[in-house]
Amino acid sequence: MSTIAEKQALLVEEFEFFDEWMDKYNHIIEMGKALPAFEAGDKNEDLLVQGCQSKVWLKAEQQGTHVRFFADADAIIAKGIVAMLIDVFDNQPAIEIAAADLDFLEKIGLKDHLSPTRANGLMSMIKQMKFYALAFSSAN
Amino acid sequence: MSYNVQAIREQFPILHQQVHGRPLVYLDNAATAQKPLAVIEAITHYYTKDNANVHRGVHTLSQRSTDAMEAVRADVCAHINAREVAEIIFTRGITDSINTVAFGMGAIIQPHQNVVITALEHHSNIVPWQMLCQRTGAALRYIPMNDKGELDLSTLDTLVDENTAIVAFNHISNALGTINPVKTILSRAKAVGAWTLVDGAQSGPHAKVDVQDWDVDFFTLSSHKMYGPTGLGVLYGKRERLEVLPPYQGGGEMIATVTMEESTYAAIPHKFEAGTPHIEGIIGFGAALNYMNSVGIDAIAAHETALLDYATKTLSSIDGFRTIGTAANKASVLSFLVEGTHPYDLGVLLDQQGIAVRTGQHCTQPIMDQFCIAGTARASFAMYNTFEEIDLFKAALERAVTMLR
Repeated sequence: MSTIAEKQALLVEEFEFFDEWMDKYNHIIEMGKALPAFEAGDKNEDLLVQGCQSKVWLKAEQQGTHVRFFADADAIIAKGIVAMLIDVFDNQPAIEIAAADLDFLEKIGLKDHLSPTRANGLMSMIKQMKFYALAFSSAN
Repeated sequence: MSYNVQAIREQFPILHQQVHGRPLVYLDNAATAQKPLAVIEAITHYYTKDNANVHRGVHTLSQRSTDAMEAVRADVCAHINAREVAEIIFTRGITDSINTVAFGMGAIIQPHQNVVITALEHHSNIVPWQMLCQRTGAALRYIPMNDKGELDLSTLDTLVDENTAIVAFNHISNALGTINPVKTILSRAKAVGAWTLVDGAQSGPHAKVDVQDWDVDFFTLSSHKMYGPTGLGVLYGKRERLEVLPPYQGGGEMIATVTMEESTYAAIPHKFEAGTPHIEGIIGFGAALNYMNSVGIDAIAAHETALLDYATKTLSSIDGFRTIGTAANKASVLSFLVEGTHPYDLGVLLDQQGIAVRTGQHCTQPIMDQFCIAGTARASFAMYNTFEEIDLFKAALERAVTMLR
């Protein structure tokens, strides 16, 4: 099982393969398409991440000391971005998710590339995931 | 003489740049239009030579600033064929123009009366009336629209009745491009003695409006949508309406006398222009109007209609392309969806290819609700857009759609 740091390094490596932003977006879109969709009934208001321009639903489950994440979105680029976060955080120890330093977004260049409203949406997703992890780790 | 779009493009320095390594194709003109050199130079000239506060100084610069600003008031008056310059009020924008009327009407409207707007309005022509109705107990009514995005006038005579205080609606819809039947609606309003307001946000850059021919009580324009500076709007009002309408804001410039107990207000238009005006904006707007008129509004409108027709036709060949708003009478706006894609995703991938379009609800949530959609992507055209740009737009859209599906 790779650590959060190792997962991030792998993603950065994957994206180094692409010079053009259109190709990077293509990769993000493919990650979004690969993430299983929610059942219509699971797309609850309660699961909506606040502060995203498009609708992003995020669900977290505690499995022992670890956290499982599930997400869906109505726009595919947003879904691809949340899929990257899930790739890094899913099935990791809650305590490490809460403390994790995410540098892969900067290394890929995504943080600088997004418009301010989209960057805010990205920060909201990360905040929400960390919030779940923190709640689970303090419950342990 | 044929329409020389290349000569026009040379007047707009901002268009000559690359975005993400591709030539910029600016198709977000319904949000704001780019500015010609004439406007940029007028503002530079103002700050280089003439800057001073207006209407109060005896010194030369103040006189020059005042003259320059008041000359624009006269130009706007002539542009919309108002009866006198005092009927032209400079505001912060159309939102401010409509709020000025809606606030003032609070002192005039009775609780048993109603306000009629349409299902096709921008938020700026909905919320001020909702606020007025909440304050006064008057009812707010909507003229409905059909699935093409055309107003359904079959209920017009029922909705606009002898208790209607004002009928307020846009000339051209920003979200769908529908051109509304202004004279039909105005004629019903006048038959019952209601006041009338036409929001010209989208018509300013595309159509010549004659307020006397319409016999409308209030009309609004937005400078920045007409190739002029941001932060400036126009409120035209008939003298007899403006004289009974109480001012919206108090302060300098709008008073005749001030004592510690009370003040008397200045005559129109100054009664509605509290504070130092947006002098630079007004002077820039004057240059924009002159530039637009030198090209000719009819020629611009014909060019934009040709672009709209070409874009609608060529983009319709994309599998799953759906135009939102298919009114028979449309101007310069193409709102669309492509099956199996989200407008936000289209917007991002178009931007990556240098194409600037709008995505979202376009400040018209009720319209999106009626179509049961979360939003659209919107391309809107201006005098400087070309057919080649539409071809680039189409190729970029096809690439985006292929990636997204």
